[in-house]
Amino acid sequence: MKNILEVQLERQMEQVFKRPESLKRVHFRYCPGCGHSIIHRMIAECIDELGIRERVIGIAPVGCAVYAYDYFNFDMIECAHGRPPAVATAIKRVNPDNIVFSYQGDGDLAAIGMGEIVHAAARGEKLSVFFINNATYGMTGGQMAPTTLLKQHTTTTTRGRMANTDGYPLRIAELLATLEGVSFAARTALNDIKNVIKTKQLVRKVFEKQINGEGFSFLEILSPCPTDWHLSPVDSLKWIETEMMKVYEARIFKDTQQKDG
Amino acid sequence: MKKILMKGNEAIAEAAVTSECRFYAGYPITPQNEIPEYMSEHLSEVGGVFIQAESEIAAINMVYGASAAGVRAMTSSSSPGISLKQEGISFLAGAQLPAVIVNIQRGGPGLGNISGSQSDYFQTVKGGGHGDYRLLVYAPYNLQEMWDLTMLAFDKADEYRNPVMLLGDGILGQMMEPFYPTPYVRPKLPEKTWALNGCAGRTPNVIKSLYMGDGELEQSNYQLKAKYDKMKKNDVLYDETDTTDAELIVVAFGSAARIAFSAVKQMQKEGLKVGLFRPITLFPFPEVRLKELAEAGRCRFLTIELNNGQMVEDVRLAVNGKTAVEFYGRPGGAIMNAEEIYEVIKKLL
Ligand SMILES: Cc1ncc(C[n+]2csc(CCOP(=O)(O)OP(=O)(O)O)c2C)c(N)n1
Ligand code: SF4
Repeated sequence: MKNILEVQLERQMEQVFKRPESLKRVHFRYCPGCGHSIIHRMIAECIDELGIRERVIGIAPVGCAVYAYDYFNFDMIECAHGRPPAVATAIKRVNPDNIVFSYQGDGDLAAIGMGEIVHAAARGEKLSVFFINNATYGMTGGQMAPTTLLKQHTTTTTRGRMANTDGYPLRIAELLATLEGVSFAARTALNDIKNVIKTKQLVRKVFEKQINGEGFSFLEILSPCPTDWHLSPVDSLKWIETEMMKVYEARIFKDTQQKDG
Repeated sequence: MKKILMKGNEAIAEAAVTSECRFYAGYPITPQNEIPEYMSEHLSEVGGVFIQAESEIAAINMVYGASAAGVRAMTSSSSPGISLKQEGISFLAGAQLPAVIVNIQRGGPGLGNISGSQSDYFQTVKGGGHGDYRLLVYAPYNLQEMWDLTMLAFDKADEYRNPVMLLGDGILGQMMEPFYPTPYVRPKLPEKTWALNGCAGRTPNVIKSLYMGDGELEQSNYQLKAKYDKMKKNDVLYDETDTTDAELIVVAFGSAARIAFSAVKQMQKEGLKVGLFRPITLFPFPEVRLKELAEAGRCRFLTIELNNGQMVEDVRLAVNGKTAVEFYGRPGGAIMNAEEIYEVIKKLL
């Protein structure tokens, strides 16, 4: 149902910004300044623009974005922590005409689900994977993630992450780019408007790869978690630029065309 | 119809293909390797998908995805691998997705060994994974039942939207014997309107096991309980021989029942009043019939298992003190023979 204001506005002028059809008419419950809201919207816009909403099946992670199934207006499935690539593999193999994507945090994908993501990539499954790197475990209250930076304070590294006891941050996009089954691997960031626009182009590309029948495509997105970083939304964006992007280079690591063969 | 000769594991695999299973994922482990090997060769012939997964965890989650996408899906493993699948089995139950899981048990705990055992009874029947869920559990004791119950397992999984376990063991999996390959007749089953295949022409479907809203999870758990109650009412299967005037009833399932059967037959030839009661479903357990038998006569029960005493607890619960329930078992690492059982029964008479 449209309200009167919407109807009047539509009559008076061309609408240039609206809620994508691929988002349900509900409010996001993410924290203010959280990257998940921005990325959800980008994914929804790209799916609308590509006209694939009725073909898409999305896999929600265990993490703050588990509620993705409440927001996206297409077929969705939630599954066990870290297992989206295995679930996605089967869905895509069973229904090859569907466009299947997983949406995963750094605990989900880079810790507990490392086996599943590496093997789905190595098999060259024709999937689109969005990896949200916020350098922490958002949902469980800000513990160390495999992507937590050295010296970064979290609730399980209260003196800062130390290499000798906590190991080093994992660079997933670079790691996956080494695998033959991977058709596209890139990292991008939400630190400023320029990069937000670039990120959306890459989100679109990751879907186009699958639409074209190419192999596994992967996009890592450096994304703010103001709540667990204990920073304001604005300072969080600065922190991505000054700290995260020093360790995590934002660029395309691999882009090949792998047709069926 | 002519009988055919196959290995137990192959019979399960062929029965799955025949009953329209179109997705299999698994990870190699002895003594069930013939199942993935058979599936890898034959599923593609009927347009199905076979994936050798990187682990049992991945395999069960692939089954979760395939089932969500609307096809009949199966995985198989043996004890240590089934332990790894428990997370996924709990999610299948919580998300109400059908699936068939085969456990060709071997001895445990830990890596144990590779010969047949029944020591996963508790894991299979009492939960295994987290949460208040149940599997419908079939325990075949010969190849004919491995064939028939595999087909039934797929139908029941779809009927209830619940995972179903086929509990065999290394003896049954590796054994060859002739059986009738009865054709599959699909019963009338509900349409899978919940399946994920793109939302063209309908509202989007969501498959999940998370229920955070006020009272939602409790409601969902009552829904599951209603299914399990229905299974208890409609799906109990058992087989009994000469139980009505028996002085002693042997209770055993699967391989143990098969071994016990030879001993019981021998004793009957000698005029001894010994019967055999064989649960075919382990959940739902044939507790009502066992209680009837306990109340009817003055017979005693002897539970025989290839473990240190697991099902015997359910027999005792069913009998509820009405009569004595003895136990004889050999745990992982050993397999009993008919002579051994004969001696045990003889001492009790
Ligand atoms: C098997 C299992 N282990 C642990 C958890 C608890 N848990 C929920 S979310 C999460 C990590 C979330 O972090 P991340 O994947 O980075 O996503 P974010 O919340 O930051 O978006 C954990 C450990 C769980 N749900 N299941
Ligand atoms: S905790 Fe962090 S990742 Fe989770 S919703 Fe809040 S800001 Fe976003």
